[in-house]
Amino acid sequence: MKRNSLAGWVFAGPSLIVLGVFFGLPVLSALALSVTDFDLYSLADLRNLRFIALGNYIDLLRTPMFWKSLWNTTYFVLLGVPMSIAASLGAALLLNAPAARFKALFRTALFAPVVTTLVAVAVIWRYLFHTRYGLVNYALEHVGLSPIDWLGDPRWAMPTIMLFAVWKNFGYNMVIFLAGLQAIPQDLYEAARIDGANRWKQFLHITLPMLGPVLLVVGVITISGYFQLFAEPYVMTRGDPLQSTVSVLYFMFEEGFKWWNLGRASAVAFLLFLIILAVTTVMLRFGRKKDLV
Amino acid sequence: MSREVGGTRWNAVLVNGALLVIAIISLAPLAWMVSVSFMPAGEASRFPPPMLPSSSTLENYHALFERTGMARNFVNSLLVSVAITLGSLLFNTMAGYAFAKLRFAGRERIFQVLMAALVIPAQVAMLPLFLLMKQLHLVNSFGGVIVPALATVFGIFLVRQYARSIPDELLEAARIDGAGEMRIFFQIVLPMLKPVLVTLSIFTFMAAWNDFMWPLIVLTDQDHYTLPVALASLSREHIMDVEMMMAGAVVTVVPVLALFLLLQRYYIQGLLLGSVKG
Repeated sequence: MKRNSLAGWVFAGPSLIVLGVFFGLPVLSALALSVTDFDLYSLADLRNLRFIALGNYIDLLRTPMFWKSLWNTTYFVLLGVPMSIAASLGAALLLNAPAARFKALFRTALFAPVVTTLVAVAVIWRYLFHTRYGLVNYALEHVGLSPIDWLGDPRWAMPTIMLFAVWKNFGYNMVIFLAGLQAIPQDLYEAARIDGANRWKQFLHITLPMLGPVLLVVGVITISGYFQLFAEPYVMTRGDPLQSTVSVLYFMFEEGFKWWNLGRASAVAFLLFLIILAVTTVMLRFGRKKDLV
Repeated sequence: MSREVGGTRWNAVLVNGALLVIAIISLAPLAWMVSVSFMPAGEASRFPPPMLPSSSTLENYHALFERTGMARNFVNSLLVSVAITLGSLLFNTMAGYAFAKLRFAGRERIFQVLMAALVIPAQVAMLPLFLLMKQLHLVNSFGGVIVPALATVFGIFLVRQYARSIPDELLEAARIDGAGEMRIFFQIVLPMLKPVLVTLSIFTFMAAWNDFMWPLIVLTDQDHYTLPVALASLSREHIMDVEMMMAGAVVTVVPVLALFLLLQRYYIQGLLLGSVKG
């Protein structure tokens, strides 16, 4: 028993040290950093560091750019997450349909975008959605629609990034939904068919309720992931046009590593964390009420 | 009866047609990338946009490796990803096994803390982590990318789930025979964990290869960039060189895509195991 205990610490030790030193400690330091005015001067000489309590937070709430980035991110989450989940569920239902052929092949094809390197495919999309040379506008023209300035128009830039995110990510949740669908007992559908329920009614009254817990998990993962939007605007738009694609993390990145306002940037990171925590907690509460978890 | 058959046939056409359309949408951007990477310079910017190269050329790949130093970045990515995969495989497996099979004081409490930590976005840690790396002189070195990735909660969790199925009697028998803990781990436990080790390896390798934000922060010069960081910076300078940029995208994407195609069964298993915990 004694030997076992020592062995346990020896085996878990390396991981715990790495996680403690390179994650736990930084997270706690971020909290500390967010109540200081750590900036370029403190970076040069720590004696310039001052404690300013909630100064950064109060200051941020008065910064229009912070609110703009928060709104942009919320817009991305509000539309992007339902679009993503709908695409994943739709694809999973198709793959799970008894009539579907070549299931393994289709599943692989639909999943492929998930494993690609985000930066690389974002570059591809930038060309495909180019206003003048892009294939997408070329196709639009063919069906008689006028070209859209996808990444150059402030009204279209964020929706374009949403489309990209849906394309890149839908395969991930699709696989989870597929497993969920396969776990639904077939006799439920059998009974519904005998009762004369059509496909839509079966979907509404059997599939959706049975998928409830899976939907909740997928929703929570996807929402917290989408709040962390960063690389897409960094590569595709650099936050432009008219800062319409500056996300919270993009704002944090610029504050922290372009202007070296590490105190302020830490406050941004913590506010984002609190927002994600609040949203997902509300979702889980709601789920618990509905007996989903 | 015949109406029924006609109905299912239509249904089959609709379902498979829809799947085909989605598959084309999923793969078309990747196919276009490959096609353009073989086009002579300037061809992709013609109007109407061509789908296939008029004459295939490897010129873009030559230009990419000779003019931009992408070869170097490729080696960097490979080095960093392999180091992270091997290192974290050892660390996470040892810890996962400990949390599953070895009793030690505070085990359950620590595990709960680890699971709770999953809700914290990695970016919260990045600003102080950069300062820490500066203190350790790891900024702009591969160590700065590798060391923080040597253990992950996800990896520990994955191994723990799997290792719980190892029978205690087996370990006890080995202990009674006088085998040391290290020997038990390497000779009995590791072979039994093989499937989960494969899953964890591809997951870790792909995550390391595709990772962008932290390498972007901690690597500060071109010679140290990994592929995604190099590609992002390249796309800012050479945005007009569509063909060369696509060659760069091919070089970045193809290794992970190939790895996935080879080992997708393990990858999907890991994805499902990992998502159950929420």
